[in-house]
Amino acid sequence: MSQLRYSKDHEYVRLEGEIGIVGISDHAQSQLGDVVFVELPKIGDKIAQGGEAAVVESVKAASEVYAPVSGEIVAVNDALENEPSLINEDSTGNGWLFRVKLANPAELDGLMDEAAYQEFLKTLP
Amino acid sequence: MRYLPLDDQDRALMLARIGASNIDELFADIPAEKRLPGLIDIPRRMSEMAVERRLSAMAARNVSAGSVPFFLGAGAYRHHVPASVDHLIQRSEFLTSYTPYQPEIAQGTLQVLFEFQTQVAALTGMEVANASMYDGSTACAEAVLMAHRVTRRKKAVLSGGLHPHYAEVVRTLAEMADDETLRLAPDVLAREDIAGAIDNETSCVVVQSPDFFGNLRDLTPIAAAARAKGALLIAVFTEAISLGAVRSPGAMDADIVVGEGQSIGNALNFGGPYVGLFATRAKNVRQMPGRLAGETIDAEGRRSFTLTLSTREQHIRREKATSNICTNSGLCALAFTIHMSLLGETGLKRLARVNHANAVALADRLAGVKGVSILNECFFNEFTLRTSRPAHDVVESLARKGVIGGVPVSRLAPRAGLDDLIVVASTETNSEDDRAAYATALAEILS
Amino acid sequence: MLNTQGRPTHADEIDPVAPATFTGNRALEMEEALIFETGRLDATGVDIDEPQPFASRLGPHELKTPIGLPGLTEPETMRHYVRLSRKNYSIDAGVYPLGSCTMKHNPRLNEKMARLAGLADIHPLQPFSTVQGALELIDALSSTLMALTGMSAIAMPPKAGAHGELCGMMAIKAAIAAQGEGATRNVVLVPDSAHGTNPATAALIGFSVRAVPANEEGIVTAEAVKAALGPDVAAIMLTNPNTCGLFEREIVAIAEAVHAAGAYFYCDGANFNAIVGKAKPGALGVDAMHINLHKTFSTPHGGGGPGAGPVALSERLAPFAPTPFIRRDGDRLSLQEHDEGGQSFGRLCAFHGQMGMFVRALAFILSHGADGLKQASEDAVLSANYIRVCLNDLMTSPYGDRPCMHEALFDDRWLKETGLTTLDFAKAMIDEGYHPMTVYFPLVVHGAMLIEPTESESKASLDLFIMTLRDLALKALAGERERFLAAPVLAPRRRLDETRAARQPILRWTKPPPA
Repeated sequence: MSQLRYSKDHEYVRLEGEIGIVGISDHAQSQLGDVVFVELPKIGDKIAQGGEAAVVESVKAASEVYAPVSGEIVAVNDALENEPSLINEDSTGNGWLFRVKLANPAELDGLMDEAAYQEFLKTLP
Repeated sequence: MRYLPLDDQDRALMLARIGASNIDELFADIPAEKRLPGLIDIPRRMSEMAVERRLSAMAARNVSAGSVPFFLGAGAYRHHVPASVDHLIQRSEFLTSYTPYQPEIAQGTLQVLFEFQTQVAALTGMEVANASMYDGSTACAEAVLMAHRVTRRKKAVLSGGLHPHYAEVVRTLAEMADDETLRLAPDVLAREDIAGAIDNETSCVVVQSPDFFGNLRDLTPIAAAARAKGALLIAVFTEAISLGAVRSPGAMDADIVVGEGQSIGNALNFGGPYVGLFATRAKNVRQMPGRLAGETIDAEGRRSFTLTLSTREQHIRREKATSNICTNSGLCALAFTIHMSLLGETGLKRLARVNHANAVALADRLAGVKGVSILNECFFNEFTLRTSRPAHDVVESLARKGVIGGVPVSRLAPRAGLDDLIVVASTETNSEDDRAAYATALAEILS
Repeated sequence: MLNTQGRPTHADEIDPVAPATFTGNRALEMEEALIFETGRLDATGVDIDEPQPFASRLGPHELKTPIGLPGLTEPETMRHYVRLSRKNYSIDAGVYPLGSCTMKHNPRLNEKMARLAGLADIHPLQPFSTVQGALELIDALSSTLMALTGMSAIAMPPKAGAHGELCGMMAIKAAIAAQGEGATRNVVLVPDSAHGTNPATAALIGFSVRAVPANEEGIVTAEAVKAALGPDVAAIMLTNPNTCGLFEREIVAIAEAVHAAGAYFYCDGANFNAIVGKAKPGALGVDAMHINLHKTFSTPHGGGGPGAGPVALSERLAPFAPTPFIRRDGDRLSLQEHDEGGQSFGRLCAFHGQMGMFVRALAFILSHGADGLKQASEDAVLSANYIRVCLNDLMTSPYGDRPCMHEALFDDRWLKETGLTTLDFAKAMIDEGYHPMTVYFPLVVHGAMLIEPTESESKASLDLFIMTLRDLALKALAGERERFLAAPVLAPRRRLDETRAARQPILRWTKPPPA
């Protein structure tokens, strides 16, 4: 499994060839609590880095998921429709949100690796 | 003051504990020059007896519906409400509780809302209903916005049979939201070609049945025409009792059903508070405005109810909420639920038959008055009269003769060339004597 | 004579654990099924005679299928809803300190007046000659609200606070369009601490929302507003007193800055109850403000409505008020229901607003009078401050030790070491017989607890409430975690599984499949 790269908004992207798999970090799911609903983009949608790409809802909160990279949606995780708890159980594995064909792989360089993300979390209140 | 438990000794002790030397120190954040030095120029406190006298005097200057032969509808209907309904809604635990945000100590309200939602869904023939809106007209406007969200289109087509005030409420909100409304001309005879007005930009068509003029409309072909263009059908009713006698909007394939629930459990109240009903298909539930009660279990596994799917709402979603609605019509929904439980299917259908029978009897009688024609082919408890004199004058003359006889269409739709039309309703509260009085007075006026 | 068999007249000491009962009931607290489970399709609690045979005019539209609505006889209905009612907390039964919601006493005179046939049994479309008293009542309430707010006009139609916000913001949007600035002024400033209805309202009618931060003292400064103002700003929506229970000290300067920038000042009047009789919003530079009659003037909350939200408008905005409005020609009152050629922004609801709430609010205002209303504001503020100083040695306040208005705000820093949350503390209050305060609002304060006692509590009631909260706080700080984590244990229900409710929503009863 290739390495995860994180954004400051707690999204991750994992590269598989030229496809990025996007989800929210384990930290983000624990902050959000029990996920009850996920609003996913449509296949074919174009997303831009930093733009709203999905919404993850818990009982008391709705959080926008911002695209960590730009590109075109090539797949979404349909399993989340019936099992949003996958995000709580395995946010970086079976709880992925969507797959995106990267428009600009250089964007990855601006994201944090695991160690940097863990350091970043320590700076949060 | 009889409502204020603190006395001057309490106030002094509390100020001392706070460490303030006088009450105005606590208001120090109000700029001194803006603080009112004395009392506002309105009268001083009044005893209970004095208030009662003052308001009773105002009440006495009105002609209450129950005191005269009374035939008004057009969006609000006079029905008999069982005494037990008003008793129950005045129980402290219902009357003086807040929105059920702490479900462990609000199961009463929550179970009532769950029952209300189930009743409204059954009545409208839909899959889900919310816990109420302000009234039928605002529910209608919210339905249009919901249709915009579902279809991602921005143009609503409003039938000419839609209550003119509902159409204005929709148009006002839509215009403010920079959306488009196409309002068809008043359609007295239910002959408009609404399917022809639907195009590929249309988000929804809004059709009322029984319509403003009392006509019953078949919504099925409109639903099909809307669907063919990717638009939704919003079905509207203002007389909830009609659903005990006519096919439900759900059975006619409506996508969203909104209506006024005042007829069941609620008084006329000069226009409010009323209770807006809002129902739709299950697949659209996350686009629905308003509160929803849902079933779950508590920590001991017992069936319980709670507000749910709150992430649609303003207190969580803020500028991305489905609506800005917060307060709904809880107590009016309670009255609806209790009255509906008392009626049951048997009572509701019988009540609807009596309403229809009385309206038919009235229509037959008025049709015999010279200078009057009845315009409707099919109707429930409301129909439209054409009179040989201007409707406004006829209604005023009737009032002088002690008969509240109907609503001149021109009052709601001025300058539409409909000055000779009166919308007349009859419910179970009307007697044969009332009908006779109406016919006699009308004959005198038109002679 | 009656106790000749020597039956004991005192209770022996017994095991305090309540026995499990066959019914699941616990004495006065009873489990109650849904009407769909107990009702019958052929049962009814309303006696109606079938009509004589007649020729139907329903045509092809006649209903020929079952609806699925069970009925109950009257005794069954009474028992069902009485039992349900007893699962509810209410202001009549105990302290209900929900900050921002204003749960004050609901006088029963108001209920009686609202049910007078001459006020309740009148139709919104009766000829004006038959409803002169009703129009007089609306006019009297509206004049009184003008006196209390110091503003030029009152729009009576809005049916709740959020509807009032919509009304006020629509008037502002119409005014801006009339100035020819509709295309350019499309931003509304909203502080982070605002009620969710504010940004939702602005967004609903096409404005985009720009956040304004509050300072470390919990108020919005004129400087922050100036920094956010620009030629694209249509209005600011500011709650005053704000949602942290503080009076916006810089409100006059804020109003001046907003006006100087060509924008309007919408004031969320949800907390007007703190300043009635003490200051007039009109004098503070407000252009529009809704008044929650169900908060400030005590029309009952009814488990979530109905409310009423008349909007006070400045002279500049008055021409844009929605229809209908009252006209006076000599002694004769009527309603202007259309405004062709005028500047009214349109119509907000089918009829004239919440008449039933107007009657109650006017009864409340007449009962209090100028002196009583001022006293009520003072008592509400006094009681909130009393609670604040009696708790602030144990609990933490986000904005320091300064007077509040009608509600005292605490955060959860004091709970940090205990591992307990605001929610745990709130649920423990339920076991003590109190309704919790507002929790987790305003959103800008971590673990917020917003306590609004209102003017309706006696000193004895306030003292017991304070002692109870102190006792709970000390227990929390002493590490008695279990009682908090389990709470409530004495309420009709334990904590609910809200995740389950949201993941698989069950929003109506459906007939279970045959076993």
